[in-house]
Amino acid sequence: MPLLEISGLDVYYGAIHALRSIDLAVEERQIVTLIGGNGAGKSTTLRTVSGLLRPTRGSIKLDGKSIVGLPPHEIVRRGVAHAPEGRGIFANLTVDENLEIGAYSRRDDRAAIDRDRERSLELFPRLRERLRQNAGTLSGGEQQMLAIARALVARPRLLLLDEPSLGLAPQVVKTIFHIIREINQAGTTILLVEQNAHMALHVAHRGYVLEVGRIVKSDDARNLASSDDVRKAYLGGV
Amino acid sequence: MAGTTERGRDLQPGRAAATLSSVLPLVIGIAAAYVLHTYVKPRLDPFYAKVLLDIGINVILAVSLSLVNGFTGQFSIGHAGFMAVGGYTAATITYYGSHRLWGNAQFHGGFLSWTQANDLFEGTWLGGGDLLFPLACLAGGLVAAGMGYVVGLPSLRLRGDYLAIVTLGFGEIVRVIIQRTDDVLYDAEEIQQAGLWTCVTHVGGALGFTGLPFYTSLFWTWLFVAITLIVAYRLKESTHGRAFLSIREDEIAAEAMGIVTTSYKVRAFVLSAFFAGVAGSLFAHQVGTTLNPRELGFQKSFDIVIMVVLGGMGSISGSVLAAVVLTVLPEVLRTFSEYRMIVYALLLILMMILRPQGLLGLRELWDAWASRRRPKATGAG
Repeated sequence: MPLLEISGLDVYYGAIHALRSIDLAVEERQIVTLIGGNGAGKSTTLRTVSGLLRPTRGSIKLDGKSIVGLPPHEIVRRGVAHAPEGRGIFANLTVDENLEIGAYSRRDDRAAIDRDRERSLELFPRLRERLRQNAGTLSGGEQQMLAIARALVARPRLLLLDEPSLGLAPQVVKTIFHIIREINQAGTTILLVEQNAHMALHVAHRGYVLEVGRIVKSDDARNLASSDDVRKAYLGGV
Repeated sequence: MAGTTERGRDLQPGRAAATLSSVLPLVIGIAAAYVLHTYVKPRLDPFYAKVLLDIGINVILAVSLSLVNGFTGQFSIGHAGFMAVGGYTAATITYYGSHRLWGNAQFHGGFLSWTQANDLFEGTWLGGGDLLFPLACLAGGLVAAGMGYVVGLPSLRLRGDYLAIVTLGFGEIVRVIIQRTDDVLYDAEEIQQAGLWTCVTHVGGALGFTGLPFYTSLFWTWLFVAITLIVAYRLKESTHGRAFLSIREDEIAAEAMGIVTTSYKVRAFVLSAFFAGVAGSLFAHQVGTTLNPRELGFQKSFDIVIMVVLGGMGSISGSVLAAVVLTVLPEVLRTFSEYRMIVYALLLILMMILRPQGLLGLRELWDAWASRRRPKATGAG
């Protein structure tokens, strides 16, 4: 049974039909990526999974249990952490306070939270150097690192990453994707939304291609990366 | 509170230490209020004692508003409305309650509630009024908190300017309703006969609630200041406090972290209104003031907003500092007589130009001090 299973999902923004009957599955311990152009509905999918948006139709199952209609805090408590688009860090709070808020929904003991916090800081040593700094003073790459680290402190079973490469220098993008793979190898399932199809397909196990609210293609990431139309449309190939 | 500042190697305090650390500030607060009342007041000119009292009330108001405007990033400009609700509730209780209990609305307190010069005090050290007054303050706070809940609810759907208009409207509604009430009952016998509804509707209207006993001593005022500060500070350092702050910073991200933003916004309003109600109760029972709806109009609300903005949004010590400065400043500027408010306004404009983030910005006084002491503890590279 997949960890996350979406079927027949329809989402509207007012009159705009943003997602049309999406089917998608994320197997445990995999990285699944959702690629596509601007306005294809990638972020909308993530927001619907984490409960920030409500679908009109369709089902979302986590571990076989429906999470449609649950408020975001319930979904977080069930093990879904969302690093939102544009990072959504709390700029006027310190890095440390940001991480604390990441652990907000956890009800287990302090020691366990501290262990996960340590683990996140080991992944992102840059953040440890800046614990007492206001998050707004970090560079773009560091802010993205913080957004991911903050989501990890919640100890998610499913991590939703929304465009982690957005606006970052190629070298930083590489580092971030390297860490994404590390997080996955440590056991966290990841649903990754990206415009940078090249990098995303490089780290993912499976990929879905989204075009104006519809899934037009899904396959093993490797096959997608080598398929002609994906290369043409998203990888700048010939 | 160990561990919130030095994370990592967490010192889990024992139960005894935890109890001590939570009770100790309150004990210190009570002691400080007592010293202020017993030893400092007799050495002060009555005028300065009055300023000290005003500072206390303004500190409570500024810090409580800072919970909504500063911590949670909502924009409320109806704080005086909560103050009025609390003040009138407490006044009704002390005035009509005194009549019921003692047959008149004279002062029935002891030394701690004594508002005249200390050496004029005679009577027992504790009086029935010493119980009635703090209970009335708490009741004022609770009724105001109930109103905070009612006003907090629309804040779930409104933000920014729209919320500001709702809160402004609330303050005005409270003021107008109070203005429409009937004259205070003076006849002892009539009061004995009066039911609750009669008492509540006879609170003086536009003329003000006259004949209240004076209980607002430096002791009670600064005791409530201490309680307000302890609550605000402990809140800020807690998970709940960070939840408030995260809503201010980025509401969507806060929601994605699993914070129930709607419930936190209402909580902020309720808590903030509670302390505003207490401050209103203190305000009502001061020597030489008549509790009057005009005093608690939107001018008062704006004064409090200015304190919070000037102190720095979300900074408790900043709000305290601003409350002190803005209470003292008009007194100091008395030498300018009729130009006083112009100079005051100019100073405010200047301060906002020079320090738009407020006196202390978002941080606390001790944070600034701590980071100066170990400037590169984090080794920025």
